[in-house]
Amino acid sequence: MGKMKLITKGLVKENPTFVLLLGMCPTLATTTSAINGMGMGLATMFVLVLSNMAISATAPYIPDKVRIPSYIVIIAAFVTVLQFIMQAYTPAMYETLGLFIPLIVVNCIVLGRAEAFANKNSVIDSACDGLGIGLGFTMSLTILGLVREILGSGSVFGFKFISGDGILAFVLAPGAFLALAYLIVIFRKITRMN
Amino acid sequence: MEYLIILVSAIFVNNILLAQFLGCCPFLGVSNKLSTAVGMSGAVCFVITLATLVTYLLQYYVLVPLHIEFMQTISFILVIAALVQMVEIILKKISPSLYQALGIFLPLITTNCAVLGIALIVVTKEFTFGGEPHMLNLAETVVYAFASSLGFGLAMILFAGLREQIALNKVPKPFRGIPIALVTASILAMAFMGFSGLV
Repeated sequence: MGKMKLITKGLVKENPTFVLLLGMCPTLATTTSAINGMGMGLATMFVLVLSNMAISATAPYIPDKVRIPSYIVIIAAFVTVLQFIMQAYTPAMYETLGLFIPLIVVNCIVLGRAEAFANKNSVIDSACDGLGIGLGFTMSLTILGLVREILGSGSVFGFKFISGDGILAFVLAPGAFLALAYLIVIFRKITRMN
Repeated sequence: MEYLIILVSAIFVNNILLAQFLGCCPFLGVSNKLSTAVGMSGAVCFVITLATLVTYLLQYYVLVPLHIEFMQTISFILVIAALVQMVEIILKKISPSLYQALGIFLPLITTNCAVLGIALIVVTKEFTFGGEPHMLNLAETVVYAFASSLGFGLAMILFAGLREQIALNKVPKPFRGIPIALVTASILAMAFMGFSGLV
């Protein structure tokens, strides 16, 4: 598979949110606005690319029986690095995403890519795969965040275009489920997958 | 009285699934049948309470005295993974029937974000149960963890019951599977919003 194909497959064909339905917790919890969704997506992409590369490089030396715990430790190490970086350079975003930054460790997308792709492919290919899936995740989270922000608070990336309040429910929990449900349906209709 | 407030708050008002979005993967993944939902809830209940107790002790008796709080994420997930493995082995030995019921769900629980989530919440967040904002003490931590996992079980079992009914109905093609489940979850979340302001 070409490198370009590895990067683009995450956007539509193997989109982690709308097709594979992985990593639902951060998807639902952090997309209260477009910028938050994007931040969460980029944070996950950072961990995904680095852990994919590290796991691909170390996979031949890890005994099969302890591979899952080993992967989790590698991923947790990169998440800790990410926490330090975010605390230093984007403290406001770190504060907003809060609990969901350490929870990247248990994001099924990251562990899923390690198990399904990184442990049997080259380092470069794994990096491309991580980048592709990460981009797909970031895109989906940004779209979901955008929809919820427009309906919920009447603004786009923080710029308000209505006076007064939006439909508050879309910022709260029920709107998260509802917006995601309809986005998946629209995604299926457009791509004619079912 | 304070413990009662924690119970009500964690089960209904700040439901771990429907208000905090922790543990959505099993919520959407294994809620097709009521019986599996009950099994999963039981296993989660057990593991969350135990894991939170152990990570709480780890935080305050190892990480804080050594000033290595930044190792929280790594050490917590390791402890949880080891604990789940241990519970599996012990359960297999002492209660094969319980292992039959909960066994297949246990390996899945390591990567259930509700477990790590609750463990991290209790050591990082201040609570306002009964007056002043304060960090939870040991007894409150255990009650909070148990109550949260009960909330998980309640939402999970309600949702599985609803999904069993949906499976009998005709659903438009693009909505089949997860989308209709998400719409249902949305309505359930709306119902749970009615509890807000209770405590």
